[in-house]
Amino acid sequence: MTAIPSGLGRREFLQVTGAIGVGLLIPCQISRAEARRANGGDVNAWVHVAADGQITIAVSESEMGQGTLTAFAMIVADELEADWKNVRAVHALADQAKYGRQSTGGSTSIRMGYDSIRKAGAAAREMLVAAAAATWGVPAEECRAAMGTVLHPASGRHAAYGDLAERAGQLSAPAAPAFKDPATYRYVGKPVKRLDSHEKVTGKARFGLDAAVSGLLVAQVVRPPALGGSVKAVDGAAAKAVPGVVDVMEIPHGVAVVAETFFAASEGRRALSVTWDDGPWASLSSESISTMLRDLADGGADARNDGDAAGAAAAAAQRLEAVYEAPYLAHATMEPMNCTAHVQADRCDIWVGTQAQTSSVQTAARITGLSAEQITLHTLYLGGGFGRRSQTDFVEDAVHLSKATGRPVKVVYTREDDTRAGWYRPVTYNALVGGIDAAGWPVSWTHRIAGASIVAQFGPLRNGIDPAGVEGAANLPYHIPNVHVTYAVPELPITTWWWRSVGSSQNAYVTECFLDELARKGGHDPVAYRQRLLQEHPRHLRVLETAAEKIGWGRNLPEGHALGIAVHECFGSWVAQAADVTMENDGPRVHRVVCAVDCGQAINPDTIAAQMDSGVIYGLSAALWGQITLDKGRPQQGNFDTYRVVRMREAPRVETHIVNGGDAHGGIGEPGTAPTAPAVCNAIFALTGKPVRRLPIRTG
Amino acid sequence: MPAYRFTLNGAETSVDVPADMPLLWVLRETLGLTGTKYGCGIAQCGACMVHLDGKKAFSCITPISSVAGRGLTTIEGLAQGDALHPVQQAWLEIDVPQCGYCQSGQIMAAVALLAEKPNPSDADIDDAMSGNLCRCGTYNRIRKAIHEAATAVRE
Repeated sequence: MTAIPSGLGRREFLQVTGAIGVGLLIPCQISRAEARRANGGDVNAWVHVAADGQITIAVSESEMGQGTLTAFAMIVADELEADWKNVRAVHALADQAKYGRQSTGGSTSIRMGYDSIRKAGAAAREMLVAAAAATWGVPAEECRAAMGTVLHPASGRHAAYGDLAERAGQLSAPAAPAFKDPATYRYVGKPVKRLDSHEKVTGKARFGLDAAVSGLLVAQVVRPPALGGSVKAVDGAAAKAVPGVVDVMEIPHGVAVVAETFFAASEGRRALSVTWDDGPWASLSSESISTMLRDLADGGADARNDGDAAGAAAAAAQRLEAVYEAPYLAHATMEPMNCTAHVQADRCDIWVGTQAQTSSVQTAARITGLSAEQITLHTLYLGGGFGRRSQTDFVEDAVHLSKATGRPVKVVYTREDDTRAGWYRPVTYNALVGGIDAAGWPVSWTHRIAGASIVAQFGPLRNGIDPAGVEGAANLPYHIPNVHVTYAVPELPITTWWWRSVGSSQNAYVTECFLDELARKGGHDPVAYRQRLLQEHPRHLRVLETAAEKIGWGRNLPEGHALGIAVHECFGSWVAQAADVTMENDGPRVHRVVCAVDCGQAINPDTIAAQMDSGVIYGLSAALWGQITLDKGRPQQGNFDTYRVVRMREAPRVETHIVNGGDAHGGIGEPGTAPTAPAVCNAIFALTGKPVRRLPIRTG
Repeated sequence: MPAYRFTLNGAETSVDVPADMPLLWVLRETLGLTGTKYGCGIAQCGACMVHLDGKKAFSCITPISSVAGRGLTTIEGLAQGDALHPVQQAWLEIDVPQCGYCQSGQIMAAVALLAEKPNPSDADIDDAMSGNLCRCGTYNRIRKAIHEAATAVRE
């Protein structure tokens, strides 16, 4: 028998233990409100100890490659005094009452959740110790936990966690368990192998697209080709005549072909005839958007206004003006968006790789009329997220279709559907003016941003500023006496969304490249220029100097090579990257990127290195080729032939150096992406003398 | 619908599906082998990679009719019981996967490469592996793991 902790419903309890066996189930004892007060984050975890000593950590955050399952388990295992070989981690069932608002994004899992995760492990340890002490009739203070066993040194008695689990589960959890001395941690801070690798190299890992439910239908949703368009008329007769097609139905996002198989849905789709209303934005093109943004740029709201940038620029020894543009970007996760839903009279099950459990449940509740408690969301592995999977469009489609058909339905976006569905990284237009003094040092910096806004989609912006749109720009770290940053938002029908590193994905590019332009105009070396301007920012300085030193900044390079560097802080971490680049006939070739990262206390250095590899490749794909362009309101890219990304032969060697500049935890999923484009573009600038003021670098 | 017979991971298999149904979806939906992934449908990403008669093939563009009578290996067929294939083992040792979605295809491509070139150079790896995309950017670790697997097989 196992105790059911108070506050945990019977049904959820059975579901959790059904998945992971029976034994001790200890809720992390931090309330959401408390966690929020302490950390501002939304993290919670469950510790489960089975009778055989197997420890399962149920993680409320989503694993999309960033290593969250393993990192959570490491932190818990250390506090729990668990033997790593007995530890595994699974996704928890979604539960807002237990975990608070579940949303994995903003590189927050560890930096916001660290203390509550530790607490889950420490509480479990104390309960196991208390159970042993009670069994032996000795004071708990005389016992200690070590590697899956509780010991009573005075009598020489010991008991395995698995044997104590049942009794421990009947105890109430301590409100304030004592943490171990971090110096005694066995796992945290050391390179630890991922817990999910085995199932991912054997094909056994179950991603959203692998959801298997009896009686499942498969649907594809044909969307209006023009963003902002709608369905005018549907002729589904021919599609319905295709063998295996079950139905054709209109849902809010378009027209769904519901079939017995993906292949039948594809065939049905081919036979489908839809007349579209292109809507009021049918003439929209990338050029018209650029013009619209240019016309808005001068009228933006102030995000930062130090001193008198315009006056200082007018009086400066030299002035430099430049326009930088960054395009819309798709996330292009390897696994296209998909969701499986089964709506029944009194319940709804959802199987999905999501970054947003809570808003997915809320979406399903709204569509079905069921309560959140009647909806069970099973988080499967995410085949990449990068922000895209914190949207719920694919969940909406699946729930609508299951509700309409009365059967479980898996909605699958084709690659083209995925690329064209909107929710892009915002396009931005950036007008910059820099003033430098006679010695070449900057005296003024004006950055006028006009860009599509993510936050404006939720409601009116406060003071006209989207904080996500100016991050990495308004907090420019350089010592410049006069800084003016403004922000303006166009009205456009194109949905925009969080994209790995968010505002920093364009603002790091714009600011770091323009700074290189000022350095060159002032006759200074890019690293020396930054060093002097970052004296008040030791953590920027340290990663900058580490990256420069490790790549050998200033050394003689082989013919045709040049180095570029960029440094940026976002999501609580500081990253500098130095890139070694040549220009080939078909464009730039990035040979090597040296990365220095300061994310505070490192949980798993191996994961940090992996995330830096990942951020560089992701950022480089976008820098080299990434863009969603529009013509007649229609996104022009579809599959990987038109939305090109870095392949093995184009991938630079990436070398990561971790420097620890503080105890607080910084994010690691996003910060590695932001500096890549400017580091590469600055190398190209050094090679060619021509700044790269527009991304992508290549268009072919 | 016609029945197609082939050998799947060593076992005689037969399916009744339309002739032009892609092998990928036969594997995933008809046979329930979901280790082979859908990424693009047009042989651009390699997430769907399998071996047909020992050679790598994009299952997303391979009609089932062309598989009849042939030998097919998927990611599920690489390990012998609990004993992982040396490439899978190397993937574990280097801890290659991040999200993991592309890794079945990456591993199938690497196994095919090593079957042809037991001691591949970096350039060989570039050539053989550039049909497989990874959005998590695990390329550096994949390269390392292939060298590791090559060494393990030689020793």
